[in-house]
Amino acid sequence: MAKKLDLRRFPGFLPMTWLCLFLLYAPLIIVMIYSFNDSNSITQWGGVSLRWYKDVFWGLEAEKFKLAAIHSLIIAVAAATVSTTIATMAATAMLRAGRFRGKSISFALINLPLMVPEIVTAVATLIFFSTIGFTTGLTTILMAHIVFCVPFAYLPIAARMQGIEDVYEQAALDLYATRYQAFRLILLPLMAPGVISGFLLAFIISLDDFIITNFVKGAGIETLPTAIFGAVKQGIKPNIMAISTLLLLVSVVFVTLSYLVGRMGQNKK
Amino acid sequence: MENKGTNSDIAVDISNVTKRYGSFTALKNVSLAIQDNEFFTLLGPSGCGKTTLLRSIAGFEDISEGAIRLYGEDIADLPPNKRPVNTVFQQYALFPHMDVIQNVMFGLLRLGADDATAKARVGEVLELVQLTEFANRLPSQLSGGQQQRVALARALAPNPKVLLLDEPLSALDLKLRQAVRLELQQIQSETGITFIFVTHDQEEALTMSNRIAVISDGKVQQVGSAREIYEAPGNKFVADFIGETNLIDVDVKDVKAGHASCILPSGAAFSCHAADGARKGPGHLSVRPERVAVTTPAKGLLQGTATRAIYLGTDMHIEITLTDGEIVTARIQNSENTHVPNIGETVGLNFEASAARLLVD
Amino acid sequence: MAGGMVKSENTNTSTYAGLGGWLILPTWLVIGFFLLLPVGIMLIYSFLTKEFRGGVIWDFTFAAYDQFFFDRGLFGDDPAKIEWTYIKIFWRSIWQAGIATIFCLIIGFPTAWFIATRTGSNRSIWLFLITIPYWVNLLIRTISMKFLIRDTGPLNEWLMSMGVISEPIHMINTNFAVQLGLFYSYLPFMVLPIYASVERYNFALSEAAADLYASRLTTLRQIILPTVKPGIIAGCILVFVPSLGAFLAPDLLGGAKTFMIGSLIEEQFKGNAGNWPFGAAVSMILLSLVLIVLTYYARQQSKAEQG
Repeated sequence: MAKKLDLRRFPGFLPMTWLCLFLLYAPLIIVMIYSFNDSNSITQWGGVSLRWYKDVFWGLEAEKFKLAAIHSLIIAVAAATVSTTIATMAATAMLRAGRFRGKSISFALINLPLMVPEIVTAVATLIFFSTIGFTTGLTTILMAHIVFCVPFAYLPIAARMQGIEDVYEQAALDLYATRYQAFRLILLPLMAPGVISGFLLAFIISLDDFIITNFVKGAGIETLPTAIFGAVKQGIKPNIMAISTLLLLVSVVFVTLSYLVGRMGQNKK
Repeated sequence: MENKGTNSDIAVDISNVTKRYGSFTALKNVSLAIQDNEFFTLLGPSGCGKTTLLRSIAGFEDISEGAIRLYGEDIADLPPNKRPVNTVFQQYALFPHMDVIQNVMFGLLRLGADDATAKARVGEVLELVQLTEFANRLPSQLSGGQQQRVALARALAPNPKVLLLDEPLSALDLKLRQAVRLELQQIQSETGITFIFVTHDQEEALTMSNRIAVISDGKVQQVGSAREIYEAPGNKFVADFIGETNLIDVDVKDVKAGHASCILPSGAAFSCHAADGARKGPGHLSVRPERVAVTTPAKGLLQGTATRAIYLGTDMHIEITLTDGEIVTARIQNSENTHVPNIGETVGLNFEASAARLLVD
Repeated sequence: MAGGMVKSENTNTSTYAGLGGWLILPTWLVIGFFLLLPVGIMLIYSFLTKEFRGGVIWDFTFAAYDQFFFDRGLFGDDPAKIEWTYIKIFWRSIWQAGIATIFCLIIGFPTAWFIATRTGSNRSIWLFLITIPYWVNLLIRTISMKFLIRDTGPLNEWLMSMGVISEPIHMINTNFAVQLGLFYSYLPFMVLPIYASVERYNFALSEAAADLYASRLTTLRQIILPTVKPGIIAGCILVFVPSLGAFLAPDLLGGAKTFMIGSLIEEQFKGNAGNWPFGAAVSMILLSLVLIVLTYYARQQSKAEQG
């Protein structure tokens, strides 16, 4: 009997995939493990304990990191909310409003923050705020974050909207709904999973940003990433591992949520 | 121009409507008058413009030229939500996040009905389409046939002046389609609402409609009852598109008062009905296969060789190649006392004058 | 225009026809005002004169670009020679980003292929596993890598305890560390676009090739690679471009010898020692480089679509 030839399989691709996963996860898992290390040195293993988590919340630097975390949270919530709103409007314009002047250049504009290298955006934003005489601080960080969150929020929102045929809105119009009602009662509920995903992604992107924040934050204001960076510059200490693990978990939880919300929407359809 | 008084029983008056998309013209100067309380069908192959015409009546397409009047009122400039017509969409477009009641109630609420009135009306329509027990289900929990009925109920609930149906049966399987046809007809006569029905399925059109408009290439080819269209096709396209037909090349000698005298390829003289607009010169006779009889060469109007026999159960199709190479199909009944010619046998073909019709090319 | 099917391609009957301008306005205000305009101002800055405590004097000059390309001696009056310092930094950045891209391709292609050939929910779980690390803070990922490969870090400890090596391999502050960091930062960017194009690949083509006596390798070279090439190019661009201007990986994993563009720019804006016009000029040069790559990419894409 002839052996069936599976054309989808190439020998060695499975081990490569495992290698890829290993490379991606190994450093993170090592840091997570060492965050439970009961030792003053980051290299010596001194048994399992939660002492560095206690240190993060109640230790010497706790106040500094707490304040930075609050800043990060405020900015992430505000930036995600504003950028999701803007991206929803933009997606409606690009996908549901037919042709209008400047449409193709608008599409390029939405994606511009993804194309300009982060460090260039950081420099340009710093120069801009200094030229118009704006004091750097939370507001400038927020403005900068909204800009680069827009394309990230746009992606899932537009993808979702593209998957919704416009016949539903036509049916609503046919049944005497105004255009606003067709949006609020039909389009928005149907694309809700996309909007939620967009919000969550924008939230993480804002929470994670270091380079741009580092440039436009001004003296004295820290977000969690800039505070961590500052601390790491003096050498990696065990409390950094605990903070990193916590931040890592926040990201994973949010991405998982975003993923599940997206899937839920698909299954319902 | 027109006296509106005499048009009072015209539900939708489409006059000289043209629709262009860039350089492509989807509708070419279309005029139709659809009567009140009529089951009117737009029939044509896909891409012929029938859906564009329907969507123009609904308000989803702006027409480039012409006028659309609904009971005398020009609606061409009204947005879809200001037109008292409702649509049953091809894939139904039921709102997936709303249950059956919410779907059916949607239009009523937008028209400003209060909750109690709207609920009562929803109950009525759901009864009409026999879906009362499914009222609380989501569209995804319904079968295709049930979804189709919800779509119908939703469009009927606001009591539109005209109901537009865009190939509503195309997503159903054959058995179900046949049952729904009868139901649709019944609902139309019960409600008295004018139905405009779009389909590419000729059987659907022939069985359901009061009148049919055959559309091709953005133009109305013929308007008439099912019988008129099948038995007296106006032109080659209609004859070919509705049912099967033989088109026989003839030389037309004379056309007078709806009658034509012509010479068949065999040289025999023949006279029959002529469609409006038929002219002298080379032309085509349409003869349905079931009206062609196979006889001996001597008795036939045409002579040829049987080249193929196709078994179809109750019938057989015999293809006869004429001496000039043309192929004519005869449909003969499959019974013991019919003579089925053998392949290669020379036969004669016969048809009555009433079975043939000279067409406009 | 293709005739035949006439569907709702019509533009003036879209649900929100006529509102497009209003709906896109906030995007223009935000991105136009806070990114496009700042890049414009940055361009102007690159032609201004530096002030010693950071900031600028509004005097028009080519000094910043001159400093980048030419060496005029300590007092600026020697005959101009080509200044290699900054060009070398750019060249090193391109080199490092290129190596990282190749690493990503070698690991990323088989991974993307493997995931795209899974079925149903299996596939989305694999895909999810690949994307998660991307969403973990880049800073934390880079710190993790730094921790892992230190001389006294877990990797060396482990290798020594296994007896593979007798003394630690020195990796931190080397070119390799930076390449590894870049690879680690942007690997998912390689996997995702390749995955997308393999997913669309019609395996009947492979069957047809096999039916016509092609070996597995011939099929890969002659049929599969040309078909999924757009995905591969997209992946390479998505890794190469951010690697070029990366700051964290070279800063945390590299040393003085592995200085890259990102750090060069950052230095110009740090404290009073900086040189804003020069930083702006380097940023402009980096941006131009990126735009050239992206334009090339866009050309290739439109060619692929036409061909």
